[in-house]
Amino acid sequence: MNFLDLNIIWYILVGVLFTGYAMLDGFDLGVGALHLFVKKDEHRRLFLNSIGPVWDGNEVWLVTGGGALFAAFPEAYATVFSGFYLAFMLLLCSLIFRAVAIEFRSKEEWGWWRQFWDVAFSAGSFVSALLIGVAMGNIVRGIPLDADHEFAGTFLGLLNPYALLMGVTTVLLFAMHGAIYLSMKTDGEVHQIVASWVPRLIGFFLASYFLFNLYTLIEVPWVLETVRARPYVFLVVAINVLIVLNIPREISKGRDFNAFLSSCTSMALMMATFGSRIFRTWCSRPPFRKTASTSGMPPRRKKHSASCSSSPSSASPSSSPTPPAFTGSSAARPLLPSTATDSFRARSLRMCSENHRLSR
Amino acid sequence: MTAEILARIQFAFTVSIHYLYPPLSIGLGLVLVMMEGLWLKTGNPLYHNMARFWTRVFALTFAIGVATGIVMEFEFGTNWSTYSRFVGDIFGSALAAEGIFAFFLESGFLALLLFGWNKVGPKMHFFATCMVAFGAHFSAVWIVVANSWMQTPAGFHLETVVDGKTVVLPPGHIVTQADLTSARAVVDDFWAMVFNPSSIDRLTHVVLGAWMAGAFLVVSISAFYLLRKRHLEFAKASMKVGLAFATVATLLQMVSADITAKGVVKNQPIKLAAMEGVFETVPSTPMTLFGYVDTANETVIGPKIPGLLSFLALNSFTRPVPGLRQLPTDQFLQARHPQIPPQEFPQLRKSYWPNVAAVFQFYHIMIIVGVAMLVLVLISCFFWWRGWLFDLDCPLTRWLLLALVLSVLGPQIANQAGWFTAEMGRQPWIVYDLLRTSEGVSKVVSANQIVASLALFGIVYALLFVMFIFLLTRKIQHGPDDEEESEEMPDSWKALIRTTPRA
Repeated sequence: MNFLDLNIIWYILVGVLFTGYAMLDGFDLGVGALHLFVKKDEHRRLFLNSIGPVWDGNEVWLVTGGGALFAAFPEAYATVFSGFYLAFMLLLCSLIFRAVAIEFRSKEEWGWWRQFWDVAFSAGSFVSALLIGVAMGNIVRGIPLDADHEFAGTFLGLLNPYALLMGVTTVLLFAMHGAIYLSMKTDGEVHQIVASWVPRLIGFFLASYFLFNLYTLIEVPWVLETVRARPYVFLVVAINVLIVLNIPREISKGRDFNAFLSSCTSMALMMATFGSRIFRTWCSRPPFRKTASTSGMPPRRKKHSASCSSSPSSASPSSSPTPPAFTGSSAARPLLPSTATDSFRARSLRMCSENHRLSR
Repeated sequence: MTAEILARIQFAFTVSIHYLYPPLSIGLGLVLVMMEGLWLKTGNPLYHNMARFWTRVFALTFAIGVATGIVMEFEFGTNWSTYSRFVGDIFGSALAAEGIFAFFLESGFLALLLFGWNKVGPKMHFFATCMVAFGAHFSAVWIVVANSWMQTPAGFHLETVVDGKTVVLPPGHIVTQADLTSARAVVDDFWAMVFNPSSIDRLTHVVLGAWMAGAFLVVSISAFYLLRKRHLEFAKASMKVGLAFATVATLLQMVSADITAKGVVKNQPIKLAAMEGVFETVPSTPMTLFGYVDTANETVIGPKIPGLLSFLALNSFTRPVPGLRQLPTDQFLQARHPQIPPQEFPQLRKSYWPNVAAVFQFYHIMIIVGVAMLVLVLISCFFWWRGWLFDLDCPLTRWLLLALVLSVLGPQIANQAGWFTAEMGRQPWIVYDLLRTSEGVSKVVSANQIVASLALFGIVYALLFVMFIFLLTRKIQHGPDDEEESEEMPDSWKALIRTTPRA
């Protein structure tokens, strides 16, 4: 275990950037998702004005996160981005489309014009949030790779029920976050409307969040193994629920900013949970090594990572055990390794049981 | 069409649209610094008014730059995954540095620049403006460094993995198909990577091109107001700042162009030969001013000046510039194709040439437009010197102003043509002499997927572009708020306005 390992530092940095993105662009995507729920033109204009000055700054976090991912974990960047090709292209177009809508809407008074851009803005935001969630869901669930670490699934395969549930959860989370942001930024009538949405959205979100966690235990078996080995991880979920439940309390006392902070904290916690979940599959997998006869590739390794090269790894995967690393406390051996053509999921299961055996 | 060609078309399309905006942000950023600096120095409210108007234009270009920039950040992974794995340690590092150092600086202070007029003092606001301009330049540094590394790789070694062990490949190792899944370029000298042989030349060239783009936008809009005789005081002051800046940038660009071309001769002789359409290596190599490439007969038809290319490229009227029939060298081909007999080299050689006809044309468009811009600024400066520039009833002046209105297109055309020259001239390599473009493409992405996404981007970008033109026209029509200038200025700033001229 070496916390100064550059891989871990990079992993945390990339995590921080994407968490920052979720907290910031999360609320403006959420505002977009809620946009059609107010009918009056001036209310909609207020919605747009509340995010007008900040949305492009928020998206810079995504640009930077993408760059950091490219630099630190090119293997993951290349595999995921080429594998999720159509999904990401759709995401990019939605992001741009809603940007166009934000700028265009207020330029003409015509009813159909505003209606069109309202729908474009809302649909763009909704699809963006959904696809971000779907991508994350697939990463937790595991994606099928071939011997060269290329994606071996299909676009429709990405839209599996598990990932879609994660997508819906993300939309609800962003909507909740957006509503809290709006109640912080608005006064009077709009504030009343928006604040009344918050408890309902929290309810929807929590329901979806529970459902998702339950589904995870069924769909991603190694998580169940981890939970059995370390039951205290439920504490994380419990803390998160408490934080989310703190939001209506703050709102009712008129402390909107505290509510917003709570929402941000809850997002950070969820991103950390997500990070430690995929840390288990992406970073701390026993490295498969290339034998003369196979074309399988070893895990990508940053040249600075002394701890990796000194780890006792050899041709056999079982000889270099990794503890079930839900908490992320393990030496990082980055990324996306595989020799076989089976899916991530199957391998996760197999190695999990190996680890389990070894850790006893 | 193959997936490789489609992936290139898609990348070229999205990056070309993207590249309309960052040069404007870079150039306008510096213009804002000048105008606000002038305001702080002279206290003339006119400059304050100018800074505010151009800030609104700047905000528009920045927002679209970000929206289209996200696409670029994703596209390396989606379209060029093998390349991304190969160069992640290098190209990715530069890209991450761009995000962390440049974008955060830029977007952090942008909010202050746009919305801080009434919230912070003038000095603080000026500082924010400087930081935004600095951040914009900084982002150019990192992306051009990354791109220059693809042109002239340096400061790295190749690694591969054999039987579970990392093996450092010797310098000059030729990447084979079998290496592709495991070979990686790894930085071993960061500064040698950053200051690779072409990065300073190319960075200077790109930044000056961006300055020209920003300066000519200011010149063009000012000329428009002058022609319409609207906002005259504002337009005259803007024109002076813009034209002075444009003149300096254009003159410097001529020097930079010469240095850059000399660098290309040294580092990428094949690219230069394609740019100039040199097939045969002859002493006193002539320069073709314009023309077209007869690919079948390997000649260029057009007016030529004998010895000029030799002089410009090699500082000698007689030394020959190496031609495409001798490039790449026999040793180069021998090393890569030991099984092919030397008699077949002339045919084999062509597979290492870029598309000569296209590179030649793009390069010449850039040169011709560049020279036209130079002539235009010199004439305008002459008019300015003689005091004719603002004589708005003189027909000659009106023709010149009309030319200046159109001049905004010049740097944009030259910038685009220049990048097409640089990137098409790099082919067939994605990393020069190291990795072919065909090897860098994503293997799992099919041609159909690319066509679908290309269509999607076609629609969305068309909308985006229409929106940009529409909003820019709105802002120009609306003009600076000269009537309400004192209303708009924060009270705390008014104390700074000098009512009496400086002694």
